[in-house]
Amino acid sequence: MMDRDALTLRNPEQELRQFTGRALTLWVLLALAILLLVMRLFQLQVLEHDRHAARSEKNRIEVQPIAPPRGEIYDRKGRLIAGNLPVFSLMVVKERVEDLEATLALLETLIGLTAEEREAFQGRLARRRRPLEPVTLRLRLDPEAMARVAVNRHRLPGVEIEAGLLRHYPEGALLAHAVGSVRRLSEADLQRVDPIAYSATRFMGRLGVEAHYERALHGAVGHERVETDARGRITRTLDRTPPRAGHNLTLHLDRDLQAAAVAALAGRRGAVVALDPRTGGILALASTPSYNPNDFIWGLDAEGYQALQQDRDQPLFNRPVRGQYAPGSTFKPLVALAALTEGVTDWERSLKDPGYYQLPGQSRKYRDWSWTAGNGGGQGVVDLRKAIYRSSNTYFFDLGNRLGPEPMASVARAFGLGSDRSVDVFGARPGLVPDGGWKQQAQGQPWYPGDSLNFAIGQGALLVTPLQLATVAATLANRGQPVRPRFLMASDARLPELAPAPLPPLDQFSQADYAGVIEAMEAVVHRGNQRFGENGTAWAYIGQDIPYRMAGKSGTAQVVEIPQGEEYDEEALEERQRKHAWFMAFAPVEAPEIAVAVLVENGGGGSQIAAPVARAVVDAWLLPKAPQAPQVAKVAQQ
Amino acid sequence: MSAADFRRTLSREDGFDRRQRWLRRLHLDLPLLALVLLTAAYGLVVLYSALDRDWMAFQGQLSRLAVAFIVMLIAAQLDLAMLQRWAPVLYGLGMVMLVLVLLVGVQAKGAQRWLGVPGLPRFQPSELMKLAVPLMVASFLADRPLPPTGKTVASVLALIAAPALLIGLQPDLGTAILVAAAGFAVLLLSGLLWRWVLLAGLLGLAALPGLWMVMRDYQRQRVLTLLDPESDPLGAGWNIIQSKIAIGSGGLFGKGLFEGTQSHLNFLPESHTDFIIAVLAEELGFLGVLGLLTLYFLLLTRGLYIATQGRDTFARLLAGGLTLTFFTYLFVNVAMVSGLLPVVGVPLPLVSYGGTSALTLLAGFGVLMAVATQPKPLAA
Repeated sequence: MMDRDALTLRNPEQELRQFTGRALTLWVLLALAILLLVMRLFQLQVLEHDRHAARSEKNRIEVQPIAPPRGEIYDRKGRLIAGNLPVFSLMVVKERVEDLEATLALLETLIGLTAEEREAFQGRLARRRRPLEPVTLRLRLDPEAMARVAVNRHRLPGVEIEAGLLRHYPEGALLAHAVGSVRRLSEADLQRVDPIAYSATRFMGRLGVEAHYERALHGAVGHERVETDARGRITRTLDRTPPRAGHNLTLHLDRDLQAAAVAALAGRRGAVVALDPRTGGILALASTPSYNPNDFIWGLDAEGYQALQQDRDQPLFNRPVRGQYAPGSTFKPLVALAALTEGVTDWERSLKDPGYYQLPGQSRKYRDWSWTAGNGGGQGVVDLRKAIYRSSNTYFFDLGNRLGPEPMASVARAFGLGSDRSVDVFGARPGLVPDGGWKQQAQGQPWYPGDSLNFAIGQGALLVTPLQLATVAATLANRGQPVRPRFLMASDARLPELAPAPLPPLDQFSQADYAGVIEAMEAVVHRGNQRFGENGTAWAYIGQDIPYRMAGKSGTAQVVEIPQGEEYDEEALEERQRKHAWFMAFAPVEAPEIAVAVLVENGGGGSQIAAPVARAVVDAWLLPKAPQAPQVAKVAQQ
Repeated sequence: MSAADFRRTLSREDGFDRRQRWLRRLHLDLPLLALVLLTAAYGLVVLYSALDRDWMAFQGQLSRLAVAFIVMLIAAQLDLAMLQRWAPVLYGLGMVMLVLVLLVGVQAKGAQRWLGVPGLPRFQPSELMKLAVPLMVASFLADRPLPPTGKTVASVLALIAAPALLIGLQPDLGTAILVAAAGFAVLLLSGLLWRWVLLAGLLGLAALPGLWMVMRDYQRQRVLTLLDPESDPLGAGWNIIQSKIAIGSGGLFGKGLFEGTQSHLNFLPESHTDFIIAVLAEELGFLGVLGLLTLYFLLLTRGLYIATQGRDTFARLLAGGLTLTFFTYLFVNVAMVSGLLPVVGVPLPLVSYGGTSALTLLAGFGVLMAVATQPKPLAA
């Protein structure tokens, strides 16, 4: 029925016409539709081209900073003391890791991560980072682990092996406090440093020479524009601005002398500073016990760090630079200079020493070290020279009482105490030079005559660092020409530290007085074979076989106050309440090449304990003389 | 040799151009053939780049295209009267297979689109429907007075909706749209009153909220992504953002063949299949895309011209419907890749990697050639 209707109603001509019309209309419509597409493409490709092109470039191009190799540090004989070790590190870019737990689990099976590594990694991950900054998972990959990671690279998106240089200190603990060390850049550091200059750097100098010369050692960051694919893998390098390596430094330090100093301290807590009196160059700077700075780079676990920090012997404490101690009798030569200059005494004046000193009208006895409870002390008739070589407290109590605080404070400051005069010693402490004004301010009390007495024998509030005492020794060795202690001897960088402004000579003290004081200090070491109580204090310990002329002064700094009427009994005191042993010296007297300060904490008597250390250090410097001569000459020119 | 051929041979005069006769004998339409070859060749160049110059994969596509061309040549030989008679059978067979797909089909990528017959390559019945639906609708309408009556239109809509729904259930929205579009194209060409078209359009707009309700989550996500791709630049928005960057960064002249960074560094996903036009746009620029669109436009024009020259209503409707289907393909694909339409899985005709769609398309062009080369019956 339908078919018949259709047949009856069909009109082929009309259908063709109608179809043609429709086809034409649709042809126009689809032409318009294609035009719409063309317009859309025109919009994207021509009108918005710049925007999309920029995003395309941003997609593929990444600028990667390249860390500059850190400058190396050498000792005066060109021996490497801080260098760079090539390492391959396992790094993770968290943003590119699809499943961190799965990735870590896979690495676990591949290279066996330790719990500490995981913990340290999570810790670093939690810290703030730059976006896409790789985070260290293992600092040093051995070749087998590297191969395992490399083979499974496709399963480890976001995991990279990074070739880099790591700070290394070949001498380990030996030079730790002198050269210092680098530490991993912390969040706080990133706030301080130029984020661009340090964009690839992971370690920066934190202590010592490494810290002071950070700018010179660091170098300039390089850049590499790389093309990466959608998974962040580098497909090729587009261009590269190489980094500029940090400057190398050569220090005055002598590795062998340092080793001799550490050996001489023989495991006791103490410090040795050796200077070249002509330049102020630091030949040795030892602090014992020490620590291995490499541990901080390879990653110290929390326990290890705590152990170092809580060690009673304080291995992290830089004693020669930051330790401030009463100088004890080593201060006496300076008081002698002040007293001579102020006219309070002369080389002829003498007094009888009963073993103690009493201020007029006071009953309190200020004791000489020779004093005994049975009143059997005293050193007989004492003049200034003997007061130095026998280290008479009684004589200096008298000088102190008559000088008053100001001349003593003034001579102390002239010799560099109470302030840091070093050129490049990081974190050096100033010590303390007391005077009336200081006491009123600090303790709210006036200056008593008793304070002057203590001041005159280097006790009381006066504090010095071993570095400062070595500077005092060097200044005496130079007959009043002060020096500024410094590490830097040479560098390929033009650093201002290479030529520090010279200090004016201390010509307020006469050359005759310098000569007298030095002669008395020589007697400390060399005056021997006399009757009892007439030998130099150090002669018995170091002076009997010494092959060169050395001027020295011992010091024995009280740590606790001994009550009136009681004797200092070393056996009865706790080890840590025993006196600190000091010795300062320079040699050869006629043309000094080395000035030394030695401190042995709670060591006891300065002459007995510290003087042999000083002798060992000076021996090490002067006795194997022949091969060193040219170096010394070169230093002298700078 | 079919009866129609025989008749035509008898009616031909001698002295005809030899080349023309040779083409006639092979049932080939030279302009259409040339355009298809040109487009396919252009597409192959782009594909070679999109495949990162992977010669093995490229060869695979070459052989698939060769097979598709043979299918086109065979389709060109088909007798139109026979096609019209067999249309319901083909359609019915397709419907049965679509149901089978839903019941026992092979799953892949979260959709059930393939029918696995032991011993035969896997096969997507929905591809068959891209041809069977316009064939069926043309066959159905050709027997009825045109413009179609309301009743006829309702029947045609049912014929279109049934397979489209089944395909939509797989789910394969892209193919469902193409299949439905193929049916509608025939209906439009049959002279469906414009006011009905307008009305349907308005109804469709009104039904959009309803459509939203029945859409699956991932489909809704695609629509939302189209509106604001930057809301999830690393997730749902990634494809469209990266393809817009690829197209836009190509500029007027492109970055040069094989030099596209978006595609070769894998920022652009599906770069050798659905998103291949972004590779073309990136490497050969606006002018390169314009060239391809021009080829497409010429193909469409030739297709519609062939349709108007068809020997009867069936031939005209079929040819016109297939041509418009082809248009739907390319429009949906380009609009999707350039961020005008939500992402649906529609390949770029004659360019995208893959054998099935090329097979269907070239079979369609074969039918067009059959229409072009089979003259009007001697008796009306």
